[in-house]
Amino acid sequence: MRNIAGLLFAGGLAFLLLVLASYLPYGQTPMFLGDAILAHAPGEVHTANIVAAVLLAYRGIDTLGELSILFTAAAGVGLILGHRSLRSDSAGVNGAVNSEQHSGFITTRAVDLIMPLLMVVGFYIIFYGHVTPGGGFQGGVILATAFFLPVLVRPGTRIEHGVITLLEGLAGSGFILVGLWAMFYDQPFLQPIFDSFLGTGPLGSLWSAGSLPLLYLAVGLKVGSELAGLLVTVSEVPELSETNISDADDINRK
Amino acid sequence: MIWIVSIVVLVMLASAIAVLVLPNMIAAVAAASVVSLALAVLFALMKAPDVAMTEAAIGAGLSALLLAMGLKRLGLWQLED
Repeated sequence: MRNIAGLLFAGGLAFLLLVLASYLPYGQTPMFLGDAILAHAPGEVHTANIVAAVLLAYRGIDTLGELSILFTAAAGVGLILGHRSLRSDSAGVNGAVNSEQHSGFITTRAVDLIMPLLMVVGFYIIFYGHVTPGGGFQGGVILATAFFLPVLVRPGTRIEHGVITLLEGLAGSGFILVGLWAMFYDQPFLQPIFDSFLGTGPLGSLWSAGSLPLLYLAVGLKVGSELAGLLVTVSEVPELSETNISDADDINRK
Repeated sequence: MIWIVSIVVLVMLASAIAVLVLPNMIAAVAAASVVSLALAVLFALMKAPDVAMTEAAIGAGLSALLLAMGLKRLGLWQLED
């Protein structure tokens, strides 16, 4: 009975969505805002990548909100999983386990080779965020993954949480400071700054778009350090004890 | 264009079903990241490279890492099944 009700509900929802979709003109934007931004952004904000103009200039405060959402999520994970009883601090027990878990020679060397290249890719995507597709969020995720790979193949590595937290705080306050800096020019908070020094290059060059590259750098460092800290925190939670693992095996076989 | 898109969508559907039916958990995580990778290709074909990058970095990279670490913590990390 419940299955039939679920099927009816899903079918009705699909019918409703199809009816709605059939009324929308395909391939045309139903709103004028996108066209207006496409027409004005290169002249007003001087970015070749319109997405960066929307993210940092037209919707800068939304990006600040996104950063705070990410911060809240990472802080929640840290609060729950970073508890001292869950942290694998006891070096005596841990050392023996970790030497067994150590990945092979090939994996370790391959990660050592890939990690700097991934770092370069991440920073390239952040620095060229206002010129080419990409930006702080994507580059930050790549930075976090690149930073975490050596920890993944060497499970015993100790990571200084203080450095990650300091970098994250500096990047977050840097974003807000650039926003406050605009107020010295009698502009609203987070208005892009264009003065005689910042970003005076032609459209499409690296040194263009005013203060937007600074904002993207702050976003990238914040996202990267945040996610790296989150991954390190998750990886530091010890495995379930031996009895629990055999229980899980039994459940699997059944 | 329509053929490439339909092949990509078929790959997505096949790997999404594979996530459900594969008995090996690690293979299921790999199949889940294949779904994200194909979706990133689809976004790139639809001229949304920013979204494609985000999907590839977060969907295929970061969430696969998180899922794999979750498997390891739960003791489900077994290569042979």
